[in-house]
Amino acid sequence: MTDLNPQQKVKFYQKGTYTTSNRLVDARARLVQASMDRNNSLTCGHRACQGCGEALGARYAIDAAMRASHNQTIAVNATGCLEVFTTPYPETSWQIPWVHSLFGNAPAVATGVAAALKVRKNKQVRVVAQGGDGGTTDIGFGCLSGMFERNDDVLYICYDNQGYMNTGVQRSSATPPAARTATTQAVGDAPGNVFGTGKNVPLIAMAHNIPYVATASIANLKDLEAKVTKAMHIHGARYIHVNVPCPLGWGSAPHDTVRVARLMVECGLFPLFEAEFGEVTNVIKIRKRVPVEEYLKIQKRFAHLFRKDKPDIERIRAIQAMADANIKRYKLLGEGA
Amino acid sequence: MEKPFAITLDPGSSLSNRTGSWRTFRPVYVDRLPPCNATCPAGENIQHWLYHAEEGDYRGAWDEIMRNNPMPAIMGRACYHTCENACNRNNLDATVGIHAVERFLGDLAIEKGWFVKVDAPPTGKNVMVIGSGPGGLSAAYHLTLLGHKAAIFEAMPHAGGMMRYGIPRYRLPIKVLDAEISRIEAMGVPIYLNTRVSDLKATMKERGFHAAFVSVGAWAPKRQDVTNDGSVKVAYAIDILRSIEEGGMPAEIGKRVVIVGGGNVAIDAARTAVRLGAEEVIIAYRRTRERMPAHQFEIHEALEEGVKLHTLRRVNECKEGYIILDKMVLDDTGWPVPTGQLEYLEADTIVMALGQDVDAPFLDHVSGVEKKEGNLLINDHMMTGADGIFAGGDMVPSDRTMTTAVGHGKKAARNIDAWLRGETYQPPKKHPVATFESLNTWYYEDAPPTVQPQLDIIRRQSGFAEVLGNLDEANALFEARRCLSCGNCFECDNCYSICPDNAITKLGPGRRFSFKYDYCKGCSLCVKECPCGAILTITEST
Ligand SMILES: Cc1ncc(C[n+]2csc(CCOP(=O)(O)OP(=O)(O)O)c2C)c(N)n1
Ligand code: SF4
Ligand SMILES: [Mg+2]
Repeated sequence: MTDLNPQQKVKFYQKGTYTTSNRLVDARARLVQASMDRNNSLTCGHRACQGCGEALGARYAIDAAMRASHNQTIAVNATGCLEVFTTPYPETSWQIPWVHSLFGNAPAVATGVAAALKVRKNKQVRVVAQGGDGGTTDIGFGCLSGMFERNDDVLYICYDNQGYMNTGVQRSSATPPAARTATTQAVGDAPGNVFGTGKNVPLIAMAHNIPYVATASIANLKDLEAKVTKAMHIHGARYIHVNVPCPLGWGSAPHDTVRVARLMVECGLFPLFEAEFGEVTNVIKIRKRVPVEEYLKIQKRFAHLFRKDKPDIERIRAIQAMADANIKRYKLLGEGA
Repeated sequence: MEKPFAITLDPGSSLSNRTGSWRTFRPVYVDRLPPCNATCPAGENIQHWLYHAEEGDYRGAWDEIMRNNPMPAIMGRACYHTCENACNRNNLDATVGIHAVERFLGDLAIEKGWFVKVDAPPTGKNVMVIGSGPGGLSAAYHLTLLGHKAAIFEAMPHAGGMMRYGIPRYRLPIKVLDAEISRIEAMGVPIYLNTRVSDLKATMKERGFHAAFVSVGAWAPKRQDVTNDGSVKVAYAIDILRSIEEGGMPAEIGKRVVIVGGGNVAIDAARTAVRLGAEEVIIAYRRTRERMPAHQFEIHEALEEGVKLHTLRRVNECKEGYIILDKMVLDDTGWPVPTGQLEYLEADTIVMALGQDVDAPFLDHVSGVEKKEGNLLINDHMMTGADGIFAGGDMVPSDRTMTTAVGHGKKAARNIDAWLRGETYQPPKKHPVATFESLNTWYYEDAPPTVQPQLDIIRRQSGFAEVLGNLDEANALFEARRCLSCGNCFECDNCYSICPDNAITKLGPGRRFSFKYDYCKGCSLCVKECPCGAILTITEST
C-alpha cells in the first residue's frame, strides 16, 4: 500500500492534507501542478467546454510526463475532443511535440514513433499516446491490444468520459448502464444504456501482463500525477485509464466536474488501483463512502432514474450492486490509505 | 515562407483565442472574516496567529496576538473563548483548541522573556487610567503602543483587578498574572497601587493628564434579603474569592455550603468552597441547567469536583440551620414559578452569587457622566458624557467578561488617540463572515482535538493548584494545524492546479494567485474546489 497522498510523507497537515499543495510541505515534494514553472503542456485558449474534465486531466498527465522525462516527451493523439478542442487549424494549445493521425490508430502510431526513436538510438525521448474512451475501448482497441502484446515502449492514457462526446454524446463501450446518450435514449422498458455488458479495458490491459496498469481520476489529482510519474519511470507498454467527467455529456454543472468524479470514486463505481504484471498492487481506499444516488442525482443523463412520479428503484439498486461489487473486489473500504 | 503541400497558414498558438469572452460568471478572490475572529471580544486575528503557529513560528504568532491582546497567557486560561463556540470546525469534529494554543504561546513568551517594541514616536500626551483590571491594562498597553504616556491608578494593594481578586488561582496562577502585568509595566506604564481616586477632574488637572479611561469594574455584590434566624451564615461569592487572595478567612465557610446563583462566579465560589474543605457544596439555581449563565464546561468541571446542582430552586428562608428552598417550574415563557413544594437543605453558610454592581463614587460629581441601571453610559467611541473621559469593562453595559474588557481597552485607546488629535476614530470595515457552507471540507483531514492534561481529582478537591495543564509543543502544533483557514487563502494551490483552462497565475509564496480573465471561461470549478471559501462567483458585467 502506498500513501493516500503519495507526494506527502508526513500526515501532519490537517489543513491541506488533500489539497494540491501546502506551504508546510517540502518544496521538492510538491506536485508538478503546484509549481510556478510547470510546463502547461495544454495551455490557455483551447476550445473545451466550461469545466471540461478531459482538459484538466490531460494537462495534469502530460505535464507530469514532461517533468518525469525532463521535457523529452512526444504525444500521439487519437481523434476526439482532446484533439479537436486543442488544434483547430492553424492553432494549437500543445506546448510539446504532438502528433495526430486518425481516430483508431493512436496506439499504432505511437508504436511507430517509439520504433523510430529506437532505430535512432534515442533513449531520452519518451512516447505517450492518448485518446478518448471511444478511440481506446472501441475503434482503437485492436491497435491497443497489439501495442500491449508487443510490450512497445509507450504509455497509453485513456481519458474516459464514457461516450463519444466530440460527435454529440453517442454511446461507447465505456458508457455505463442506464446512462442516456444520443444513441441510448431514456425511453421504453429499458431506458438508457443496457445493463450487464461493457468493456473494462484496465482489466483487459492487465490480462496482457504488461508492466503497469492504473486507473486514475480527476477526483484525486495527486494520485493521477503520481501514477503518470511512476509510469514514466517504467519501460514497456503501460496503460492509465483516467476518469474525466464531461459536463455536457453527463448533464452536470461545469463547477461540479471534480465533485462528480469524486462521488463516482467515493461510491465505488470507479475504483482507483494500480497493477503490475497482471496483479493489483495498490488500491486507494474510499474515504467517505456515499450511496450511488448521490453520484447519479447530479447528472441529467440519469435523470430518468429519479422521476418524481416513479423513481427507478430497481435500476438504482442494480447500479449500487455494481459499486458494492467493486468495493468487494478491490477491497475499497477500511484502513490502509 | 515555403509551406508544405496543402498548408496555407503558419502555425499559431491557441493563446490568440481569448476564451474569456465566453464568460457569464466571473470568479474573484475574496477575504472573509473567520467566525472565530468575528466573535473575539478582544478583536484578535485568531486565524492569522494560528497561521504563524502552524509553521512553528511561535514568535510570529505571539506578536500577532499582541497586536490586539497584551495578555495571551492569562486569556488562554481564563477567557471563555466564544471563538471556540463559533469555530467552523465544530461542524466537522470539534473546535480548534484556540485557548490552549494561545496559552501555549503565552507561556512560551513568559519563559523566553519576549517583549513588545514600541515603534510610535512619543506624542507628549498623558492619559490617566483608573483601574488595573483587564480593561485598564489593555488601554494602557495600547495607548503606549500609540506613543502616549499612560499611568494606571489602582485602589487595591495589587494590580490585576478581578483577574486577581475574582478569578480563582486554580484557573489562573498568580505567577502568570504577575508576569503579564509586569511586562506591561516594563513598557513604561506606572501602576500606582493603593491609590484610590477621589476627585477625577482635580487629579487629571493636577498631574497633567489630557484624557482618562475609567475601568474599575463591578465589585459590589448584589444583595437579596433573605429571612434568616441567624442560624445560617450569609456570605457573598465575590467576597469569598477576594478574601482568599487577600489571605483572609478561609476556614469560616463551614462544612455544608449552599451557593445561590447560576453564573460563573457561582461556579467559582462553589469550586473554591470545595477546595476550602466544605464537605457538601450545593448550587441552587432558579432555572434549569441549560439556562445557567455559567459556561457548560465550568459547570461540568464543578460537578466533577463533587459540587451538586439543584436547579429550579429559589431561596425562601433560612431557619434552624436549614435553608428552605421553593421548588419551581418554568412557565410557558420560561419564567420560573413556585410549585408550592419546599426543599430543606441543612447548611452552615449560604453564599450569594447574584452578580455585582458598579461602585464608583468618584464619578458621582463629574459633570456629564451619566449612569443607567447601575452602568456607566458611553457613546460609540467609548466616551462618557464628560469630554475626554472614556470608560469600559464591567462598568459599562456589556457581557462583563475579561476579554470584553480587553477589547474595550483597545477600542478606547484608539478612540482616545483620535480624540487627542481632534479626530474621530473610524474602525476598519469588516469582511462578511466565512460560513461553514462556504467551505469545501473534503480537503481537510480528520483530526481529533488534542486534550490539555488535567490535574487529578483529589488534588483538585484539596488545593488551588492549576487544574488544566499546558499543551506540549507537538500538540500545540497539531492543534494549530487543525485550523481550516476559513475564508482566507492559505495557498494550497487547488485553484491553480484545478483550472481546466490554465487561467490562473500563481504569484509565489505569500502573494497568492490571480485570474487570467482573458482565458477564464467562468466554469467556477475553482470556486467549488477552494477548501476555505476564498473565491466567490459574481455575475459578469457586460
Ligand atoms: C474512423 C472515424 N470514425 C468516426 C469519426 C468521428 N469521430 C470523431 S471524434 C469521435 C468520438 C470520439 O469519442 P472519444 O474517443 O470517446 O473521445 P471524446 O471526444 O469523448 O473525448 C468520432 C466518432 C472519425 N473521426 N473517424
Ligand atoms: S477553523 Fe480556524 S479560522 Fe475557522 S473558526 Fe476555527 S479557528 Fe477560526
Ligand atoms: Mg469519450
